Amino acid sequence: MQDFEYIAPRTLSEAVALMSEKGESARPLAGGTDILVQLRGGRRSVERIVDVKHVPELNEMSFSRESGLVLGAAVPCYRLYQDQDIAQAYPGIMDAASMIGGIQIQGRASVGGNLCNAAPSADAIPPLIVHNATCVIAGQQGTREIAVEEFCTAPGRNVLQGGELLVSMRIPAPKSGSGGRYLRFIPRNEMDIAVAGVGSWVQLSPDNRSIVSARVALASVAPTPLFVEESGARLAGREVSKEAIEDAAQAAMEAARPISDMRGTIQQRRHLVGVLTRRTLEGAIARATN
Amino acid sequence: MAKKAHIETTINGEQVEYLCEPRQSLLEVLRDVLEMTGTKEGCNDGNCGACTVVMDGRIVNSCLVLGAEAEGANLETIEGVATPDSLHPLQQSFLQNAALQCGICTPGFILASKALLEMEPDPGEERVRHWLAGNLCRCTGYDKIVKAVLEAADVLEVKG
Ligand SMILES: Cc1cc2nc3c(=O)[nH]c(=O)nc-3n(C[C@H](O)[C@H](O)[C@H](O)COP(=O)(O)OP(=O)(O)OC[C@H]3O[C@@H](n4cnc5c(N)ncnc54)[C@H](O)[C@@H]3O)c2cc1C
Ligand code: FES
Ligand code: FES
Repeated sequence: MQDFEYIAPRTLSEAVALMSEKGESARPLAGGTDILVQLRGGRRSVERIVDVKHVPELNEMSFSRESGLVLGAAVPCYRLYQDQDIAQAYPGIMDAASMIGGIQIQGRASVGGNLCNAAPSADAIPPLIVHNATCVIAGQQGTREIAVEEFCTAPGRNVLQGGELLVSMRIPAPKSGSGGRYLRFIPRNEMDIAVAGVGSWVQLSPDNRSIVSARVALASVAPTPLFVEESGARLAGREVSKEAIEDAAQAAMEAARPISDMRGTIQQRRHLVGVLTRRTLEGAIARATN
Repeated sequence: MAKKAHIETTINGEQVEYLCEPRQSLLEVLRDVLEMTGTKEGCNDGNCGACTVVMDGRIVNSCLVLGAEAEGANLETIEGVATPDSLHPLQQSFLQNAALQCGICTPGFILASKALLEMEPDPGEERVRHWLAGNLCRCTGYDKIVKAVLEAADVLEVKG
């Protein structure tokens, strides 16, 4: 691996200072399951690695039914799915956290790292989008907050600039009668990269018969994870029905902009988006009625 | 060259100190600096699990951990699994079931399975297969490995 310096700051201000000092040639290290592979493969070059795992704000995982979830950017997947309350409140995110890599990877890989790495195929991003997460970002100029769907800008690129850090993701309190689901298609059962993935979330009326609002987001079918507002629009106010779900799936298939590569063709991916949108909506509705 | 880091850590219950370059992985430190070659390198990119070690109670791929990150950590490697008098029941069971051929994957499978059985003494076959999805074996075809783990679980349960 190329030569770099390694620093593990204990405070957020220290971490931000260490990052901004070096700009593009510094890189944060969370679980390392993307960055170390990229460094070893020569796909990135850095002068400084800032290990953010000892910064308290990035390790925070606090949840209440009233205020929702604050998920520190460096919290590894296993900590999420080990917490029964959180698993129940945000089932779509949990689907992804227990799907990323195998057990060894989940012991280190963070949801924040999955987001910052900004892969089109990242499994945690569509569920974060549909669960309405926002990103808390810290830099030399202070902190700002943006919606997750605005975070990724191109494959491997995000909105962070000049040494900014993702501090945490905030996810609103789960409303009763809501549910989420994430599914991906891979040729094997575990340990593979999504050919296509879909996250869905629904809010049902108190009698569970109609859809108040819904959100759908896609993985691996565009240069960035894709929020499909139109799918939600086609569901809002409709009765829960096969037709409504089919309309939303059509909208998702129209929004998808897949490419053909070694994992799949344009046609296959668009077809998968339809299938997975239907299945995740049905899954989200089933969870919402539980 | 970046300055070497001085690291203090615990490996298999013993205090260990070492110097490492920031770019060296924990796997490289174990094998090349500490000459603990029980931990194996397969893919060196997180896919095969041959380099599995336990870090603060969780199994991780040591090829995707920096040696410098082990400061203050509690590590367990394959060298700590057997006692001077006897093999661990999992090791015994792997031998009895011929669950290895070349053996490169074996330390990783043993540590991963051990972590599972310590948490869930009686996992079913599906759970074992799912848990071991991050460990690859190019020789055995897995059936014998899964059988060995399930048998070891029975032995461990009887021993209590
Ligand atoms: C064998 C294997 C299997 C995998 N399987 C999957 C899978 O099934 N699905 C999937 O989506 N991914 C998968 N991945 C990719 C990877 O594990 C995930 O993307 C993981 O969530 C990354 O998290 P991390 O904490 O390890 O990130 P790191 O590698 O530490 O960081 C990722 C990127 O984000 C940056 N970064 C980290 N933290 C911050 C921060 N706080 N602020 C700003 N930038 C930051 C880093 O500099 C780096 O560029 C797999 C990887 C491997 C090796
Ligand atoms: S050598 Fe580390 S996972 Fe293969
Ligand atoms: S015995 Fe050879 S890789 Fe498993």
